[in-house]
Amino acid sequence: MTTTTSVLGGAVRRREDPALVQGRGRYVDDIKLPGMLHAAFVRSPYARARITSIDASAALAMEGVHAVYTADDVRHLGPLLAQVPVGKLRPLLADGMVNHAGEAVAMVVAESRYLAQDAVDAVVVDYEPLEAVVDLRDAASDRIKVHDDLDSNVIITWEAGPFGNEEAMAETKRKIAEAKQRDDTVVVSLDMVNQRLIPTAIEPRAVLANWMPGYERFEVYSSTQVPHALAGAIAKTFGLASNAVRVVAPEVGGGFGAKLNVYADEILVSFASKALGRPVKYTETRRESPHNTIQGRGWLGTATIVGTRDGEVLGYEIHAICDMGAYSQNFTAAIPFLGVFVGSGQYKFPTHMKLDLVHTNTMTTDAYRGAGRPEAIYYLERILDEYAAAIGMDPAEVRRKNYIPADQFPGAMAPVGFALDTGDYEKNLDAALRFFGWEDLKAERDRARAEGRYVGLGLSSYVEVCGFGPSALVDLGFSWSEYGLPSAFNGSGLVRVNPDGTATVIIGTGPSGQGHQTTWAQIVSRELGIPEDRIRVTHGDTAESPMGIGTFGSRSAAVDGAATYEAAQKVREKAARIAAHLLEAAEEDIRFENGGIHVAGSPDKSLTWEDLAKTAYQPHLLPEGLGGGLEAHSVFSPSNATWPFGTHIAMVEVDPETGDVDILRYMAMDDCGNVINPMIVNGQIHGGIAQGVGQALFEDAIYDSDGNLLTGSLVDYPLPTAADLPNFELRRTVTPSDANPLGVKGIGEAGTIASAQTIVNAVVDALRPLGVRHIDMPLRPKRVWQAIQDAQSGRNG
Amino acid sequence: MYPRQFEYVAATSLDEAVSALAGAEFAKVMSGGMSLIPMMKLRLLSPDVVVDIGRIPGLDQITDAGDYVSIGALVRHAQTASAQNLPRALVDAASWTGDVQVRNRGTTCGAVAHADIAADQPAAILALGATMVARGPNGTREIPADDFFVDTMTSALQPDEILTEIRIPKVGGATAYDKLGRRGGHTDYAVAGAAAWVQKDNGTVTNCRVALTGVGTKPTLAHGVAEALIGTDGSEQAVKEAAERATEGVTVLEDLYGSEEYKAHLAKVYTRRALTQALAQL
Repeated sequence: MTTTTSVLGGAVRRREDPALVQGRGRYVDDIKLPGMLHAAFVRSPYARARITSIDASAALAMEGVHAVYTADDVRHLGPLLAQVPVGKLRPLLADGMVNHAGEAVAMVVAESRYLAQDAVDAVVVDYEPLEAVVDLRDAASDRIKVHDDLDSNVIITWEAGPFGNEEAMAETKRKIAEAKQRDDTVVVSLDMVNQRLIPTAIEPRAVLANWMPGYERFEVYSSTQVPHALAGAIAKTFGLASNAVRVVAPEVGGGFGAKLNVYADEILVSFASKALGRPVKYTETRRESPHNTIQGRGWLGTATIVGTRDGEVLGYEIHAICDMGAYSQNFTAAIPFLGVFVGSGQYKFPTHMKLDLVHTNTMTTDAYRGAGRPEAIYYLERILDEYAAAIGMDPAEVRRKNYIPADQFPGAMAPVGFALDTGDYEKNLDAALRFFGWEDLKAERDRARAEGRYVGLGLSSYVEVCGFGPSALVDLGFSWSEYGLPSAFNGSGLVRVNPDGTATVIIGTGPSGQGHQTTWAQIVSRELGIPEDRIRVTHGDTAESPMGIGTFGSRSAAVDGAATYEAAQKVREKAARIAAHLLEAAEEDIRFENGGIHVAGSPDKSLTWEDLAKTAYQPHLLPEGLGGGLEAHSVFSPSNATWPFGTHIAMVEVDPETGDVDILRYMAMDDCGNVINPMIVNGQIHGGIAQGVGQALFEDAIYDSDGNLLTGSLVDYPLPTAADLPNFELRRTVTPSDANPLGVKGIGEAGTIASAQTIVNAVVDALRPLGVRHIDMPLRPKRVWQAIQDAQSGRNG
Repeated sequence: MYPRQFEYVAATSLDEAVSALAGAEFAKVMSGGMSLIPMMKLRLLSPDVVVDIGRIPGLDQITDAGDYVSIGALVRHAQTASAQNLPRALVDAASWTGDVQVRNRGTTCGAVAHADIAADQPAAILALGATMVARGPNGTREIPADDFFVDTMTSALQPDEILTEIRIPKVGGATAYDKLGRRGGHTDYAVAGAAAWVQKDNGTVTNCRVALTGVGTKPTLAHGVAEALIGTDGSEQAVKEAAERATEGVTVLEDLYGSEEYKAHLAKVYTRRALTQALAQL
């Protein structure tokens, strides 16, 4: 068996948890500054309308209301900065037009949050409602343009197979067309929706900005995944030096990519604080959140596969329209491109992708756990199942037959045009099939079927791209420099050994539950031998942490973790020189073990870290020229992104009378390279699968044709809870990455990327005897039941 | 999620609560607050006065009163869900209400007074033929369950009345409640559900009440089902045929969770399932 539980570290309990589980964690909304005011927003009830007038006089007359700001007050600050400025950028406040329901039209600042909300109700806005663009095909047709000043609702088209090589792409298209013409091939095609989702962190976003008159600098607390980017954006917007803005991200209660944007409200409360000379806080309400914080997914596409009758795929096409919402924010237009990276999955067959990105009169979409990759893998792994069914072949075998072979790694070239780091897909599939007993599972399903039960098995392979990343891969002609940051997604870590022999590790990440304090202590402890409980890890305060890009795209361990590892090595090198000097031994004989420093072969010659560190801070006791102090900072740029992969299997049972889906078993064989903390990795996979199951079964951001969000509350937007999920059976293969010295690959999003189609494949498999071929997510009972009715009456396509 | 200003009265007796209600232009009674507070935070409801009955002593018990079991106004869902002396339909309905936090805070009487179209316990209350006891400025009156549910989130309670007690008659027979939750299984509000009470004598069904939830504007008695089943032997076939009449006279409404056709279908399925489960206990 090729599975393992741990390579680099142990299942150390998360040091973050004691405060959190006791309710002692400090979040932005817990922070109250003297003189603090509260902001609230007037929001549009229309998805598309002209603003004809705004009358704030009644609100301004209320005692305790300090200001009501509109576009006129903030236009000079420009639209919201975006990393990928393709399409229409968001004005800080709606300027003449509103383009989605819930768009902020005015900001009220008042003495209390309640008063601010009352004042919001007192602001009178007149609108001239216009027809909204909601349907994606309608948007792509340009029947109505969302923005008059753009040429088209289609803001960009991403095409690949391979990306960036027109000639080779023409060849791919020719090959696929030829294969379709052959008599001996099978062509299978499905129209599928990968629906819009609302990220729904349990902590809604919150920001508290404090302009400090006299000191002439900002202190900003925000529930963000990207503190440095926010500091950069505020500095740039207000013409300040980057070190005149301190951003602190305290505990962040979930992010899932939605807190990776810099938001207009963060700029606006900063503006208000500067204008009023008072701290200003805004905490979005749960009800506002889906209108104010980005949503994810939203693809409408057709997947087509052509292959031989014995399982050799000769070509795969996906053509989709991707919903960007009304404005481009941070990474909006780049998110579908993350799907391009993995568009051909783990396979070697010619792949042609064409993604049209359109504006609609809905909230902006951007990164939501997986971000483009779950969408792309969904289409691919769904259509592969339909192909397997069409040729009567085991879906696992169809996948095996088309994998990029192990001997192509490292550096295998995916048909979409990107070089993968490391991989052994067949090994992973075999491990999954053997460990979880694929043949037995199939037999169990067949027995259940014979009893008249509708039990189905679903399997999906996946490959993910993450751990951004090398500048060559992330530089698509846009850059972080919009925020005054370096354009490459480098990682950084600072390791400091204090005079008492403890260590402080300061990192530039912005975790929201990933357990960095625990994991980074493990990385540093492993290098220095200082016990984990004597290593403190801090992050999220731009005044003290080294420049870091933030936590997103499953990048922190592979990039910032590697940087910290390198920094720890530098510290160790210097410590070894000091120890060699003090112990009168050769540097190469110095060993860092058992929490201290020893000379190899001379157990009596030893130092404690405290002995060594105290000396390190007294330069006159050190070898000449070494210099005092014991700390190092490292900036790391990986040679490639990391490309984790795996195989997930689900067994479900459907009640054909009601359409109710029950997940009987969920099994995952992931490969994220080396593992630092298996418990934290398992936790990440758990959460990822839960959110994928949420998409498969429950969640749906439904807009009506007027652009009203019908599922804007948690009553109508059901989230999966522990009670809805089965026990997850997790195992791993280990194929270390060669893109970073730790050999790790990201694991934060893998579960989400793997799971949605695993569930859908299983449900369709269960209902195949009834003639069902596909059901669009979410597989709520009504849809499953309807699909059965349609199939039975011959209406299913 | 910030309510408008309101006055808050923490009543210490029912008399005090009733007079607080009577003196206000628009007052709402709060027991667990599980529905009222979210509606106020969303500004869907902005009462001038909230009369909190949570501190009134003596309302938090399930008591056996001989002919009936009494559920006090402050009995939490969790108490109802673990009661030994309540019919199974109500116990199950309470145990599938909300989540653990809601069940520890929200009250059975509150859920019934709120009269949500997709709530669980109102259907059970209706099938069980319970009696509601309301206290108002003119004293106490009894309202039969059949007359209690008027429309969407509207009960027969007057604005100045408090639902102080629900009386579940001890009439024998067997009961069951089954539903499809919005998140599948029994989880979350009912997409559709049915509560059933049946009595049998000498192999013949002598009494039957079935109430539906989730499908219409209010919890509704399926009279046609009872009519069809009474007098039969309660066999699988008889139940199946009776269940076909579940939506007779019921206005089935489409919502995010189902089309009219689907909900009507579910009403029949869950009527059949609830009846089958109840009959299996006899």
